[in-house]
Amino acid sequence: MSNLTRGTVRDSLSVAITVGTYGVAFGAASVAAGFSVVQSCLFSLLTFTGASQFAAVGVVASGGAAASAIAAATMLGTRNALYGIQMAPLLKVKGARRVLAAHITIDESTGVALSQAPRGVAAMRVGFWITGAGVFIFWNIFTLLGALGAKALGNPASWGLDAAVPAAFLGLLWPRLATNFLRGVAVTSMVFAMLVTPWLPAGLPIIATTVVAVGLGWRAR
Amino acid sequence: MWIVLGATSALCFSIKLLGHLVPEPWLANDRLQRINALIPISLLSALVIAQGVVVKTHVVIDHRLAGLAVAAAALFAKAPFPVVVVAAAVTSALVFHLH
Repeated sequence: MSNLTRGTVRDSLSVAITVGTYGVAFGAASVAAGFSVVQSCLFSLLTFTGASQFAAVGVVASGGAAASAIAAATMLGTRNALYGIQMAPLLKVKGARRVLAAHITIDESTGVALSQAPRGVAAMRVGFWITGAGVFIFWNIFTLLGALGAKALGNPASWGLDAAVPAAFLGLLWPRLATNFLRGVAVTSMVFAMLVTPWLPAGLPIIATTVVAVGLGWRAR
Repeated sequence: MWIVLGATSALCFSIKLLGHLVPEPWLANDRLQRINALIPISLLSALVIAQGVVVKTHVVIDHRLAGLAVAAAALFAKAPFPVVVVAAAVTSALVFHLH
């Protein structure tokens, strides 16, 4: 293995392990929302895109309808299509390998692939595959651990699990708030969500806040 | 529960595959890109509110807000994700039991 590849593998694995451990938080949140351990694990195996998984179980936990949960998760997943558009010309794979590549097209695999650009196209491909596969493995192991752990704990409020879930959302949100404009979008969305809460059925305020994104993104800045 | 699981998985995978299959110009529209970049921020913000200060259809201030405040402080201090989540849980559980 050349030094160049070794660096890429190291970057990929460190991201995969770090991000994979967040699966504990998902497994716990999912069980706290009322999903079984098996269902929680299937989410991580089949949906496999963290923010969408958290959104689906989060809407269910807040008493929202199934349609709201599915819509929130799907909208959060749309960014993966944009990642796919960037990754497809780089990976140049067909058939089953393309399906596999699509399934592991997430924030982290795309991020690491793009960060390897100075090391060349081969390193970008290695970064994509190892990060994607690595996150998949660790995310699923830790989802199981989190789900089993939460099952053993019992009442979510007694252990602070009901606050751990919004804290996890805040943790997912934080790194995206790079500019004052983006912080403004977040604050506006939070205020909007609180204002519409008494007027809409549970779960719908979450979907409704996308009008803030549409409104503030409509015109170029 | 199974419907949420099945539909979410099917749709999220379809979106990923779509990205690998569509020709680039289709989604290259500037406005679409700008809005798409803001949607995760709006949804995650709303989820913080829905999970942190809402019960059913009411805004409720309780032990969870103490946990969220500590989480925000930890994020300000650049604490790693697991520390943020655990700090929020411990704080919230303490307030829950003391109350």
